Amino acid sequence: MRSHLAEVGRSASVQGRVVYALLMREILTRYGRHNIGFLWLFVEPMLFTTGVTVLWTLTQALHGSSLPIVAFALTGYSSVLLWRNMPARCIGAIDPNLALMYHRNVRAIDIFLARVLLEAGGATISFVTLSLFYIYIGWLDPPADILTVAGGWLMIAWFGAALGMTLGALSEKSEMVERLWHPISYLAFPLSGAAFMVDALPPAARKYILYVPMVNGVEIVRQGYFGEQVRVHYDFFYMLACCVGLTWLALSQIEVVNRGVTPE
Amino acid sequence: MISVDNVHKIYPTRAGDRVVLKDVSFTLARGEKLGVLGRNGAGKSTLARLISGAERPTSGTVEQGMSVSWPLAFGGAFQNALTGLDNVRFISRIYKQDYQSNIDFVADFTELGLYLREPVRSYSQGMRARLAFAVSMIIEFDCYLIDEVSAVGDARFHERCEVELFQKRADRAMLIISHDPEYVRKHCDRFAVLHEGDMTFYPDFEQAYDRHLRILHGEA
Repeated sequence: MRSHLAEVGRSASVQGRVVYALLMREILTRYGRHNIGFLWLFVEPMLFTTGVTVLWTLTQALHGSSLPIVAFALTGYSSVLLWRNMPARCIGAIDPNLALMYHRNVRAIDIFLARVLLEAGGATISFVTLSLFYIYIGWLDPPADILTVAGGWLMIAWFGAALGMTLGALSEKSEMVERLWHPISYLAFPLSGAAFMVDALPPAARKYILYVPMVNGVEIVRQGYFGEQVRVHYDFFYMLACCVGLTWLALSQIEVVNRGVTPE
Repeated sequence: MISVDNVHKIYPTRAGDRVVLKDVSFTLARGEKLGVLGRNGAGKSTLARLISGAERPTSGTVEQGMSVSWPLAFGGAFQNALTGLDNVRFISRIYKQDYQSNIDFVADFTELGLYLREPVRSYSQGMRARLAFAVSMIIEFDCYLIDEVSAVGDARFHERCEVELFQKRADRAMLIISHDPEYVRKHCDRFAVLHEGDMTFYPDFEQAYDRHLRILHGEA
């Protein structure tokens, strides 16, 4: 038993090392050492979110609640970046890294994990930094319950990671995945809960929109942010089930990829 | 000891499945040096990748009873946009090695000087080969897989490889793949010829080479 545990520990430390090395390498290849370097990792999503916030504020977007638009846009658009960027970076991730597969310790899952961690990290830093900044300049009230915000955020991140790895693995088998993901992610944006509160929908529609997993996560984040000010609707266990199911699918598909991978 | 047991490897191609290795079995003991001859496309590099663990056999098993290097001459493990030093850092991280002492070794061995801080993309073939070889010498393995090291580089580079690999690491096991029969003869004590998925073993170089020549001329 003890030796078994030691074995698992050794594997975990190897994997941690490999993922860390890939992460650092990914940062360097993507952002280089020019101008502000890896700060782009979260400056880019910050610019996106700020742009959307300004746009929505100027157009007085109809979001069906009396919430301040800044808070609404920040929670909504940050969540979109969180679940949408991970699949975008996982699709086609193996190909440019094929040469690395010569190193026995580097596996498909490590490449996916590095990319997923990087994207989730970037979106999270952007979300936190913008929150603090908006709170500081008085555009935003501090969240009612930070733990709930973190919980909802983690659920969205988990969902995005599992979705990203599943699509990443499937994209090794078929180019269709890449072609289809662009329109689907675009169309999913208005359905993802970023731009509306479920409570603002007609009661008959609420049930159906909650089948979209991200909506549940965004509602949890908003509950944490706004507390008593809003009425939220979500099914935590439905979202959990989606995440677990997708994670299982991701791992099994990555195993299939591993078997077929041929270093160039 | 490495044991390769009933290994089949099939690659799907547009013209149907292609059998690259057919029921290959052998063992490689510590310190033993096996040379593999074969035509282009006979499956020599595939064999090296299977033994290194980078790729899995379609059926059969490869057991690594000792630490095995990646195929050595191979320079493709570099990210072209990164500098030579970045690549050394990456390898050091993967294998949990001290980065500083590795840098010193690589700088000394490759004599790349300022180029180590330039993207690998700007290197010539020879510079790339020197970096690839130096990087693979950073980590100590019990068994080295050598795939056409001699194909690139100048005479001085060959001499330095010779010293690093065959003098300093004379006690290690090696699997050497080369189109240069002289190289194989000089460094190996067992030989094999790979042809149409079959691997035939010879204790004697002359026999193996004779078979190899006949295959090359379409007689076998």
